[in-house]
Amino acid sequence: MTAAPAATGTAIGMSGLTVRFTTRRSQTTALDDVSLDIEPGEFVTIVGPSGCGKSTLLKIVAGLVKPTSGDVSLLERPVRGPQKEIGFVFQKAALLEWRGARANILLQAEMRGMDRAQAARRADELIEMTGLTGFEKALPHELSGGMQQRVALCRALLHSPPVLLMDEPFGALDALTREQMNAELHRIWRETGTTVVLVTHSIAEAVFLGTRVVVMSPRPGRIIRTFPVELPAHRDYAQVMSDPRFDRLATDLRGLLGSAAANH
Amino acid sequence: MTENSLDTAGRQAAADQAGGARATAAGPGGVGADGRDGTPSSTVVKPPTGGGRPPRPTLGRRAVTFADSLWRPALVLAVFFAAWWFVAAREYVPNYLVPTPGQVWETMTTQWSELARHTVVTLYETVLGFVLAAALGLVTAVAIAYSRTLDKALYPIVLFAQVIPKIAIAPLLVVWFGLGLTPKIILAVLIAFFPVVISGVAGLRSTDPELLDLAATMGAGPWRTFRKIRFPNALPHLMAGLKVAVTLAVVGAVVGEFVGASEGLGYVLLLANGNLDAPLLFADLILMSAIGIVLFVLVEIAEALLIPWHASRRAGVSLTTS
Repeated sequence: MTAAPAATGTAIGMSGLTVRFTTRRSQTTALDDVSLDIEPGEFVTIVGPSGCGKSTLLKIVAGLVKPTSGDVSLLERPVRGPQKEIGFVFQKAALLEWRGARANILLQAEMRGMDRAQAARRADELIEMTGLTGFEKALPHELSGGMQQRVALCRALLHSPPVLLMDEPFGALDALTREQMNAELHRIWRETGTTVVLVTHSIAEAVFLGTRVVVMSPRPGRIIRTFPVELPAHRDYAQVMSDPRFDRLATDLRGLLGSAAANH
Repeated sequence: MTENSLDTAGRQAAADQAGGARATAAGPGGVGADGRDGTPSSTVVKPPTGGGRPPRPTLGRRAVTFADSLWRPALVLAVFFAAWWFVAAREYVPNYLVPTPGQVWETMTTQWSELARHTVVTLYETVLGFVLAAALGLVTAVAIAYSRTLDKALYPIVLFAQVIPKIAIAPLLVVWFGLGLTPKIILAVLIAFFPVVISGVAGLRSTDPELLDLAATMGAGPWRTFRKIRFPNALPHLMAGLKVAVTLAVVGAVVGEFVGASEGLGYVLLLANGNLDAPLLFADLILMSAIGIVLFVLVEIAEALLIPWHASRRAGVSLTTS
């Protein structure tokens, strides 16, 4: 159990984020006045219906999308352009087809010009931690969806980023693999102390993983409410599922998301 | 969500395009769909139990696979030659129009040193034209794929260079550059250039946008992103374009020789035609086709070495199910 990085203050700060897309005919507001502060070491999960701008929010934090108005800061520095202090995991594993699992993980090091020997050691650690041992040389098409996503996760963690951004990382996996990956991600988060922001459709996933759950409304995306998750820091999947606190929170979330959709 | 599905559709379209290019490439080259596509399941490697990559097939097994990939085109060729021999030997067509395979073979062996010299000339023009077209085409493709301005500026020129009938400008090139090798090489470049550009642009543009986002968060510059991600990703498309280009380069060289030359297979063809020397004409045609086939196969081999990982080059074996 490594403690959270010794950073003080906020890991991610968002204030008054608004994004409007202008198309030929109309103007759509994807995000409307979103403000959220995330402390170092937190695991914040964001739930909301499709098209509520959750993914856009992550891209803004990563510096890949510029908000129409509002401010973002990452590790107390304003975000201008793509950020390097993050690891990003997408719904698709987005691996290089021509590289084996280990080489795909090491892409991170090559692109950053990291020390080779050190990166190789770290890659081997991560491969062991995520159960990819024995598949180091396997090409992406030889791996299952879950395995591919593990590789993507290792790649995102290779440079030990203080912040990990995950955009529906397990959305394309079957239910069983998804549970397994949730348990693994929870363990990795405890071991690394990384600040994680995870966007998901799944209420169970949001509650199991999060220290805080943020609920967003359909387009235009707004934060409706934020729930602290009152579950132990060290969670076991089966135990959490049968915990009455889990049930209560999941029911609340479901109700909120349901009414938000109905009001729209 | 929509973004993802759009992307998948785009990739699909790109793959179809590449498939189309492959088909056209196989056409003029005369290597009927390269035989490998029809390989039965006997060559599918067993998935290993301990994970990792499948073991390399043994030499004996590879020989069997090779023979297996060869018998179909060999059979087709044998039938073709038999039919030719039958028609010519029975003189269903006058002998001065269609000679027998024996006559052609005799011409080829007796005039071999002379024919070999001309073949080398045409081969040289073709290879040089192809290499130049590949290099120029790739550079143009990169410029078009990376810069919107260059895209707008270069595309009309590229298209113009493609639609202008090359045969029509061949005489002009001879007037400008004389009877030497230059006009032939220029024609080969002009003809082979277009498929390289089109396939290169399609390949470079097919990069997963999420990978590019990822590259940006990795702090890599454009050169590193090109070298590690965009270029290798474009290779399958590019190789399809190169296969089309190499067969077209032969056409360019021969057309150049038609218009004005003192050597090369195109020149020999005109001579043989003028003298109604059908055996020589046929021998010449066979050598021209041989150049195209050999070069096409070489590009195929390069493709197999460069992109063994691509879907078009592998058997669909999944190692894991969990």
